Amino acid sequence: MDKVIIRLQNIHIEFDDETIIENLDLDIKDKEFVTLLGPSGCGKTTTLRTIAGFVTPDRGDILFDGVRINDLPPHKRQVNTIFQKYALFPHLNVYDNIAFGLRINKKPKDEIDEKIHEILEIVNLKGYHRRSVDSLSGGQQQRVAIARALVNNPRVLLLDEPLGALDLKLRKEMQIELKRIQKQMGITFVYVTHDQEEALTMSDTVIVMKNGLIQQIGKPKDIYDEPANAFVADFIGESNILDGTMIHDFLVNFDDAEFVCVDKGFGENTPVDVVVRPEDIEVCEPDKGAINAVVKIVTFKGVHYEMIAQSKNFSWKIHSTQYKPEGSQIGLNIIPEYIHIMKKEAGTAN
Amino acid sequence: MKSRVIAVPYVIWSGIFIIVPTLFVGYFAFTDSNGTFTLENISKIGKYANVFGRSIIYAAVATVLCLIFGYLLAYFMAHLKEHQKSLCLVLLMLPMWINLVLRTQALQNILMDNGIINKLLGFLNIPSVKLLDTSFSVILGLIYNYLPFMVLPIFTSLEKLDNKVIEAAQDLGANSVNVFTKITLPLSMPGIYSGIIMVFIPCLSTFVISEKLGGGKVYLIGNVINDMFNQNYNFNVGAAISLVMMLIMIVTLVIFGFLDDETKEGIL
Repeated sequence: MDKVIIRLQNIHIEFDDETIIENLDLDIKDKEFVTLLGPSGCGKTTTLRTIAGFVTPDRGDILFDGVRINDLPPHKRQVNTIFQKYALFPHLNVYDNIAFGLRINKKPKDEIDEKIHEILEIVNLKGYHRRSVDSLSGGQQQRVAIARALVNNPRVLLLDEPLGALDLKLRKEMQIELKRIQKQMGITFVYVTHDQEEALTMSDTVIVMKNGLIQQIGKPKDIYDEPANAFVADFIGESNILDGTMIHDFLVNFDDAEFVCVDKGFGENTPVDVVVRPEDIEVCEPDKGAINAVVKIVTFKGVHYEMIAQSKNFSWKIHSTQYKPEGSQIGLNIIPEYIHIMKKEAGTAN
Repeated sequence: MKSRVIAVPYVIWSGIFIIVPTLFVGYFAFTDSNGTFTLENISKIGKYANVFGRSIIYAAVATVLCLIFGYLLAYFMAHLKEHQKSLCLVLLMLPMWINLVLRTQALQNILMDNGIINKLLGFLNIPSVKLLDTSFSVILGLIYNYLPFMVLPIFTSLEKLDNKVIEAAQDLGANSVNVFTKITLPLSMPGIYSGIIMVFIPCLSTFVISEKLGGGKVYLIGNVINDMFNQNYNFNVGAAISLVMMLIMIVTLVIFGFLDDETKEGIL
């Protein structure tokens, strides 16, 4: 599990004088499910295409099993890709699509046959081998694309927003399916998505990117609980992000109130970003909390109510199981552990 | 209902200019000069079997060469940048704005014994070559005139080819030869079939090109028909030969149209 299979060293990529990836360093461990997460244009797809061999970095090295593969063309790399819109071969049926890689590698006919029926079972497409690919639904085409890549036993599978074209229900099913396949086959997955929930659900490690720079690398829970900066906090889950002032260690001022916190080392009277998750805010009677606010909008969300409450300076987003009618006065409390203090971002963070 | 109304002008047009003339061809083919029914005209066609054969060979050679050069050109064009593509398309279409007879006449002048090519050779002290009135000049004329009709449909089908599909093939281990034989070529088959139809049929019926560039030495079926109507005034045999030509063309259309449908099914 701890062996590094892919190492990106100091990768730098420019297209038309625009920097896409800036000095990127990244280790991907064997048999790990790694997700590159970020908004569109953050460089996550370019990173993936660099590993696949479709993009050659201007500077830096790509190491596979410790061997530099910068100059190795895509067809010689031990990775396979699942493309955003599947890119199935329209003139071939399901069987021939999946057999493509095996036939290129001149595998014997009965071995191909055996492998295809095996993989069709894994992706739940048993009996579909004679169908033409355009007679399949989006989810089925997706499974063919997965089978076509996996049947070649790649060391690493690259997935470029593979579930983007599917509807919500199917997407949830496929998330579980992909995770199951990854565990069952013991392959390294490098997964690109802009969907934070997808990233948190499936990954062992999440890499959050913005403007070609890595913002944070960590386990899903760590990234959610301890975002490295306001960008990560905002991108992963919902957040209240406020301007605050660190008065001294363990004491912060925001929204005209002072709060005890668990952070230190920011100096005295330093401007900081304060992040509070909506579900970490405690709602109480007016004047009993640190901040007073008026409920503006209440939306029932199933498990909880989402409230927008206006204090003197800030519009708070709160998730609470308690119902407070619109227009009512409430008090807000936040315990120290739930207050996340971050250095002010200067342009790009890190 | 409304769509039928829109079609009325076309139905009238095709009635007057396509169906009625075809019926006339049929009428002349099966009657003698007095208008009585006869199969004599059809039986006379056997005499022209070698001309039919020659026409088919010339058309086939020109089509195959057009396919080779046209595919290379279309492939090259499909991989250019957008603005270069439009420039190439304009350059390809530009000669088509000039009448075929005029273009062929120009080619005749270039290939003549004292034309520009031979003058250039003489200038370099190389003995002149007989270019005009040969099989070469006729084939050259056919290729020159009909190449765009091969390039355009192939170019269109190559343009439509999703680059992601090619990347997917490379990703699965295909080198450039595999990519071409297993992906690019099969997916451009519809363009190839349309190109073959659009080149083979006019090549088969040409008479201007063989007349101007063959100098009577390359006598094709188009010339036979032309002579029947314009010199011998034997409308009946001319019509019978035309009828057989139409039959050959229909067979060609059916074969390649059918192949085209087969591949389209896979693409849509």
